Amino acid sequence: MPEIRNYTLNFGPQHPAAHGVLRLVLEMDGEVIERADPHIGLLHRATEKLAESKPYNQSIGYMDRLDYVSMMCNEHGYVLAIEKLLGIEAPERAQYIRVMFDEVTRILNHLLWIGAHALDIGAMTMFLYAFREREDLMDCYEAVSGTRMHATYYRPGGVYRDLPDRMPQYQASKWHSESEVKKMNENRQGSLLDFLEDFTVRFPKCVDEYETLLTDNRIWKQRTVGIGVVSPERALQLGFTGPMLRGSGVEWDLRKKQPYEVYDRMDFDIPVGVSGDSYDRYLVRIEEMRQSNRIIRQCIRWLRENPGPVIIDDHKIIPPEREEMKADMEALIHHFKLFTEGFCVPAGEAYAAIEHPKGEFGVYMVSDGANKPFRVKIRAPGFAHLAGLDEMARGHMLADVVAIIGTQDIVFGEIDR
Amino acid sequence: MARRIDTLKQQIDERFGGLLESATLDLGELTLVVAPDHLIEVCTALRDEEAFRFEQLIDVCGVDYLGHGDAEWETREASGHGFSRGVNASTAGRLDFLHQDLSVSTVEAAGGRRFAAVYHLLSVSSNQRLRIRCFAPDDGLPVIPSVIDVWNSANWFEREAFDLYGIIFEGHPDLRRILTDYGFIGHPFRKDFPLSGNVEVRYDAEKQRVVYEPVSIEPRVLVPKVIRSEVRRHGEEEAEPPQDAEQA
Repeated sequence: MPEIRNYTLNFGPQHPAAHGVLRLVLEMDGEVIERADPHIGLLHRATEKLAESKPYNQSIGYMDRLDYVSMMCNEHGYVLAIEKLLGIEAPERAQYIRVMFDEVTRILNHLLWIGAHALDIGAMTMFLYAFREREDLMDCYEAVSGTRMHATYYRPGGVYRDLPDRMPQYQASKWHSESEVKKMNENRQGSLLDFLEDFTVRFPKCVDEYETLLTDNRIWKQRTVGIGVVSPERALQLGFTGPMLRGSGVEWDLRKKQPYEVYDRMDFDIPVGVSGDSYDRYLVRIEEMRQSNRIIRQCIRWLRENPGPVIIDDHKIIPPEREEMKADMEALIHHFKLFTEGFCVPAGEAYAAIEHPKGEFGVYMVSDGANKPFRVKIRAPGFAHLAGLDEMARGHMLADVVAIIGTQDIVFGEIDR
Repeated sequence: MARRIDTLKQQIDERFGGLLESATLDLGELTLVVAPDHLIEVCTALRDEEAFRFEQLIDVCGVDYLGHGDAEWETREASGHGFSRGVNASTAGRLDFLHQDLSVSTVEAAGGRRFAAVYHLLSVSSNQRLRIRCFAPDDGLPVIPSVIDVWNSANWFEREAFDLYGIIFEGHPDLRRILTDYGFIGHPFRKDFPLSGNVEVRYDAEKQRVVYEPVSIEPRVLVPKVIRSEVRRHGEEEAEPPQDAEQA
């Protein structure tokens, strides 16, 4: 029998299944992984150092670009840390809007995850299905903030503006005739809330479609059942959070356990896995999408009935209205000071964590009383998850590494920061 | 919530009393300051003892306290220098490549100690959080014991703090750089490391390869760092925030 020696395999950073720029150095024994050494940092942009050089508000946009598939959740963590240091709280309506968009973001994130994960292990159709629904949610982003992805919508003290009364419309072009466009615009005639409500009615059926394609699919199960099993004890030791922890059977969700904003008023369930393998984590995330849908519906109902301010009325932190500025000297001064210098935050330190679609997203902020943070540390959930890749992949086949990367929901924007 | 954190503080004071430099409760968060010598002992106890059970290490964060509390723009008195006050490099982080002081500077704040590692712990079973700060005694060679044997998740977090701040975690089995480039020199998140970096990379068509050169970006400041001491948290003393912003 010929002797087979261990050899080292370089995976990525340019690999379609590497979810961005992951370079994996794999030590293989035949086709079995002996050791996996992820090399990260190829997307390192020193977000934290950049944030130290800018007034607080100017870094909100950087947060969108961390985990670029769950944009508003990143902003949320950052904004909450500032609010904690300032000792302010967003108005109730803003809190509902934040919760609603956090859940929209969670669906956005899980849709991309299921699409990419399924594509990686051989199910092409899922990707197309997932992106169909993502498009509608991106339109919600666009309607509310003007951009489809990098919204910069949350501000310390609330959200940038109230929900819009109308949705952006499709326009006729050489690819879509008048009549086609009219049909596409049918559910866009009302406000953003109408459109989103229409989406929440359609969406559970879409999730059913995904499940029809995958849940009982023989190939899907062969690729995910028993792959990357993590015991609850190890998941805690390795710092796993979010679906990675719940997939292992630990019932832990910050939205329930340490509720922020108005999550304590929401009615939803936390799905928990049993065996801690990739398939369980898949089921957890699928169920999370359904639960998010439920939360969005509750928020829509409340938001329809309760108009009100969406940002606090304190011009030391929030710039005054444009109109007010034209007539009022003091408002003009406030505006000038806020845009040239920003606001100072009392000295101290705070850690604010939210239940990000991928896990616990925390922002640790140290202020020395200046208009710029002294230190911002972003605790990205994916960082801890990828650190556990070595342990999860050991003893598995090469093809399973792809499934494990998929199940970890890796996005390099947040890992490399 | 606040009441439970008070109980926790009391328990910690009773259990660790002498081992802690301080235990402060602020903004509903409890922060312990532990000397490196006692770090492992305290951490192990916090993980294992029934009263605490902090099963999870959520985060390790390096902090460089150089220039903590220094402002670039005096707000107390008027001066004739105008905006140039803010533009002149007076504090760290404003340095460019050529004018760098390469020696390690020390700080007055935090008792002259510059580097610290900050640990965030989470207890899933008792639903509590805790922060531990550990200052490295020597600024020139900051060494802190590694907690990797207490919580395995410390592995990459400590590598990151080493990479970005040069804090050496004693006992870490694999303390390599993690985020910066292969062959990177320096610790980029230190406050005396220029924001623009030291080198830039481009493809040289003549040499047919990528070359590293001293960075050509000029450091610039759009907004100077300003500390307004009158700022206080909402709800403290006055309901209204102080009326000082207009005066400057």
